[in-house]
Amino acid sequence: MLQHYLGIFVQSAFIENMALAFFLGMCTFLGCSKKVETAFGLGIAVVFVLAITVPLNNAIYYALLAPGALAWIHPSLAAIDLDFLHFLTFIGTIAAAVQIVEMALDKYVPSLYATLGIFLPLIAVNCAILGASLFMKEREYNFSESVVFGLGSGIGWMLAITSLAAVRERMRYSNVPEGLRGLGITFMLVGLMAISFMAFSGIQL
Amino acid sequence: MKALRDFLDSVHHHFQKGGKYEKFYPFYEANDTILFTPDTVTTTGSHVRDGLDLKRMMITVVLALLPCMFMAMYNTGYQANVALADGMSPENWRGWVINLLGIGFSPTNIFACIIHGALYYIPVLAVTFIVGGHIEVLFSIVRKHEINEGFLVTGMLFPLILPPTIPLWEVAVGIAFGVIVGKEIFGGTGMNILNPALTARAFLFFAYPAQMSGDKVWTAVTEKIAVDGWSGATALGRIAAADASNPDAWRESLGAMHLSWLDAFVGNMAGSMGETSALACLIGAGVLILTGIGSWRTMAGCVAGVFAISTLLNAMGSETNAMMNVPFYWHLVLGSAAFALVFMATDPVSGPYTERGRLVYGFLIGVFAIVIRVINPAYPEGWMLAILFMNVFSPLIDYVSISANVKRRLARSAA
Repeated sequence: MLQHYLGIFVQSAFIENMALAFFLGMCTFLGCSKKVETAFGLGIAVVFVLAITVPLNNAIYYALLAPGALAWIHPSLAAIDLDFLHFLTFIGTIAAAVQIVEMALDKYVPSLYATLGIFLPLIAVNCAILGASLFMKEREYNFSESVVFGLGSGIGWMLAITSLAAVRERMRYSNVPEGLRGLGITFMLVGLMAISFMAFSGIQL
Repeated sequence: MKALRDFLDSVHHHFQKGGKYEKFYPFYEANDTILFTPDTVTTTGSHVRDGLDLKRMMITVVLALLPCMFMAMYNTGYQANVALADGMSPENWRGWVINLLGIGFSPTNIFACIIHGALYYIPVLAVTFIVGGHIEVLFSIVRKHEINEGFLVTGMLFPLILPPTIPLWEVAVGIAFGVIVGKEIFGGTGMNILNPALTARAFLFFAYPAQMSGDKVWTAVTEKIAVDGWSGATALGRIAAADASNPDAWRESLGAMHLSWLDAFVGNMAGSMGETSALACLIGAGVLILTGIGSWRTMAGCVAGVFAISTLLNAMGSETNAMMNVPFYWHLVLGSAAFALVFMATDPVSGPYTERGRLVYGFLIGVFAIVIRVINPAYPEGWMLAILFMNVFSPLIDYVSISANVKRRLARSAA
């Protein structure tokens, strides 16, 4: 049993890394990775939001939205299928969770709140976050699996953005051709990082 | 020597600003400084005085690679000659050359093996240097930086990690990718993030898997001319394919190919051209550690990582995966383990700069390499990818160990 959860964790964090295998959440991944501190802060925020929203969405989906899920209220409702609402509901849950994280950061870590700036509310529409919820539904994880999955994909994404930020800090010493400076070299760097993450592709857990 | 110096001085003015060949100054500069110690000194600021400059450092690495290059030629030829059926000769130009020279294909004749192997190794080396060297010179002229000896090492390493049967055009494409994307877009030697030779190798591995993996590429013979029952599978390939219901399956599959530990240590097995011999790599490691050019911390970390993870995997055991039962002393001599940990992991540019960081970095390389080798069915060998993976994380390792240092010193000065 433990092995099963460990498998989901490793798969979501390394083998199917949100940022470097699916290229999800690229806007914040590229935009917020100039400094390790900021990147780490954002990574923590993403871990937090993912670990809350994926299980929350899982609970909501299987309690209310899945075909026949409403049967627990009254047997006559078993025919109702609210599956078409899942996009809307997932986004709503995510927006609410991000709002809570934002208020918490503003109150307790104002310096991080200031550096993250616009990117924190942008997490609400970060494709990595919505993507994780949609993967959760597609792979039919149960509640505890979705907790592990949310945590794993968050940690994988955080690891990717923090290491990208560290690499970009080291690139201060590089002499990149003028036309490539800035985003150009960052895109190529992300491509090279994705090649190195391919080390894990193919592992069956 | 005097005449050479005079000649260089006499053409010097052509290469200076306003001279005829002003554009080719990096080329002149490279030749001058490789022949003579440059007389330019730093005039301002504090600086370290040392006889060791980049050129001498890189040459030392090349010297450390010499045993591996010798084994690359000998073993490539030996493996091919052993597999070759009596009276057959390869149907390519190499067979023609050897028959013309009348050397023959006897596996017991060391000279014949070396010549046969050299006919595979030297063309790959030549293509690497011609293509990569031209790119390097082109970039140094356009971007006005000096020609760096970094490429000398990349160009020496790259042919050694290729299978002998690789088509030469793939060598050209690979090294071009490695030099341009792995190094030059970051500004050249010393400024890259990933190891250029490994970037090139990984690029070829993912782009042309048919020529970079499988059973048929590691020995320079085709089935048509090989002895009956010949299989080109590497030791790792055989163990991975073994029936694992018996915990000794790995030992039996090695026994079936008559490979003793000592054979594997000396490098008497099929594989990438220069990677098979742990002995040659050990000599190289000695040179690198004595001269202080390769970090012993990285190497020790790697060995510790391999030991830790393979002991753990042995203890877990497995009914389905024979690789799980291979002990660490076999892991270190099979595949590209020795070569990767001595020459690839210790690359001072793509690894961490802090000393504690190097230990951690080496350890994690060892762990990931064995994990990929054992658990990932898609790739029988994991060292190259594990090192690339850790290259990506080495700036982060540095960052963490530097900030830990800062914190510790702050605490000390506050107390």
